[in-house]
Amino acid sequence: MVDHLAMSNDVTVTLPRVQERIPTVVVDDAHVVYRVHKGSAGNTSPVAALKRMVTRTSAPNVREVHAVRGVSFTAYRGEAIGLIGTNGSGKSTLLRAIAGLLPVERGAVYTQGQPSLLGVNAALLNDLPGERNVTLGCLAMGMSPAEVQRQLPEIIEFSGINQRGDFASLPMRTYSSGMSARLRFSIAAAKKHDVLLIDEALATGDKAFRKRSEQRVRELREDAGTVFLVSHQLSSVRDTCERTIWLESGVIRMDGPTAEVLRAYEAFTNAK
Amino acid sequence: MANTALADPDAGLPPAQLAARHGLRVAGQRPSLRRYSSQLWKYRHFIAAYANAKLTASFSNARLGQLWQVLTPLTNAAVYYLIFGLVLEQSRGMDNFIAYLTTGLFIFNFTQTTVQQGTQAISGNLGLIRALHFPRACLPLAITVTQFQQLLGSLAVLVGIVLATGEPITLAWLMLVPAVLLQSVFNAGLTMAVARLGAKATDLKQVMPFILRAWMYGSGVLYSVKLFSENLPGWATALVQFNPMLVYIELARVALLENAPLLNDSLFLTWLVAVGWAIVMGLGGYLYFWRGEQEYGRG
Repeated sequence: MVDHLAMSNDVTVTLPRVQERIPTVVVDDAHVVYRVHKGSAGNTSPVAALKRMVTRTSAPNVREVHAVRGVSFTAYRGEAIGLIGTNGSGKSTLLRAIAGLLPVERGAVYTQGQPSLLGVNAALLNDLPGERNVTLGCLAMGMSPAEVQRQLPEIIEFSGINQRGDFASLPMRTYSSGMSARLRFSIAAAKKHDVLLIDEALATGDKAFRKRSEQRVRELREDAGTVFLVSHQLSSVRDTCERTIWLESGVIRMDGPTAEVLRAYEAFTNAK
Repeated sequence: MANTALADPDAGLPPAQLAARHGLRVAGQRPSLRRYSSQLWKYRHFIAAYANAKLTASFSNARLGQLWQVLTPLTNAAVYYLIFGLVLEQSRGMDNFIAYLTTGLFIFNFTQTTVQQGTQAISGNLGLIRALHFPRACLPLAITVTQFQQLLGSLAVLVGIVLATGEPITLAWLMLVPAVLLQSVFNAGLTMAVARLGAKATDLKQVMPFILRAWMYGSGVLYSVKLFSENLPGWATALVQFNPMLVYIELARVALLENAPLLNDSLFLTWLVAVGWAIVMGLGGYLYFWRGEQEYGRG
């Protein structure tokens, strides 16, 4: 930020900084195609496989899915953006492309720093106690051991897994799915991220935890980050995001203030 | 430009230029080798913690717990001694076959398990990889560290066996330290290489046991290495002499045993090959793994 102001001899330099909106994620006509191994579907006999090798045709059990078809938008610092759409509309795929976990077939995705994707299926080591997993997760996010020691009680406290006895010292495989989702969210939310991508993670857990995590998302946003939230719970999108992007079959159907987009989306889903 | 700047200086800028202007980078781009290495260094605590966690987790369901770290190599040695020492009588003409066998077995086992788990370093940790961002080389390196800790357990057993079978403690024992360290570097490189291979070619997991078994027979673990020079043509023996596993095993045998049969006559040459393999595999594996960094966890 300071760098480019110093370098540029534009008129903008003299303007107060508040006027400038800083983009954190720029998605430019992104197409994402991924290949799925269908497993046992199709003819999988050894003879058929040999025939394919000889004739050099690709295996029939690999199918291409064009999940995101030309999406463009710019997200700015301090924004919380909800991503909505019916099942299979490409929301999670788009998030993974922003996180850099799926390559774009065409177009480009530019990001500030390293976006962190927080999904419900992010598994840590299930054989280890919750505490150890917190330590590991924090170290994996690049914290120093001293920092981890400082944050550990706070994270356990926030996750609320100790509300029913000392669960933090039990292996994670003994946790309910809600408890482990809460713990994972608490770990990821412990660090300041430039860009935080949350995939359905707030939907798990009880009401009290949802309130706490929504509060935490707002804090993360104030720390100059950008938050993306994929959710089917429109209420949590309404409570946390002021901007919403509606994806349908891999294209943006609407992008604007949450209230407006949600109204149109609800009308769309009710009409079906 | 000056007019629009008052409202929004970025208005009308094409996305690519807008991104460049604010220093945004293409998502999921591979960092430069230098940056990657310094990132990896920053993550050393994670590597250590992850290695420890894996070690604890692997015994967490067993009632005897960490004791298996010693029991596994012991049982292994007992089984192989029963077959190759007593049934097949490979011990003919050898002074201390039990110690000879266990040394080879434990040293080979270090590489074997590291490589076996390395093929799954990426494919078995997709959840972690997709959730959090860290240099992926942490995973194969953590496996090497875990197995190194296991090796220390095995070595304690080995020293017990060697002493119990009447070998004296000599200064040569100190050679075991550099030999094992060189092997660890070799393992780290090899693990990174198979981790990348295993991330793409999931069939590798099925093939690996066969490769490792063939490698074990080619490393003179279970029988006297003299059999190679007696039964193979000259060029083939020369090839076996450059087998890294054979070299690391021979170094350990030279260090611990008094009269172990050796394939390489020149100790200096053996060390040279050991160092060479460590450098080539360590660096090569690291470079190969780094080049695939942006691909892990995709698909």
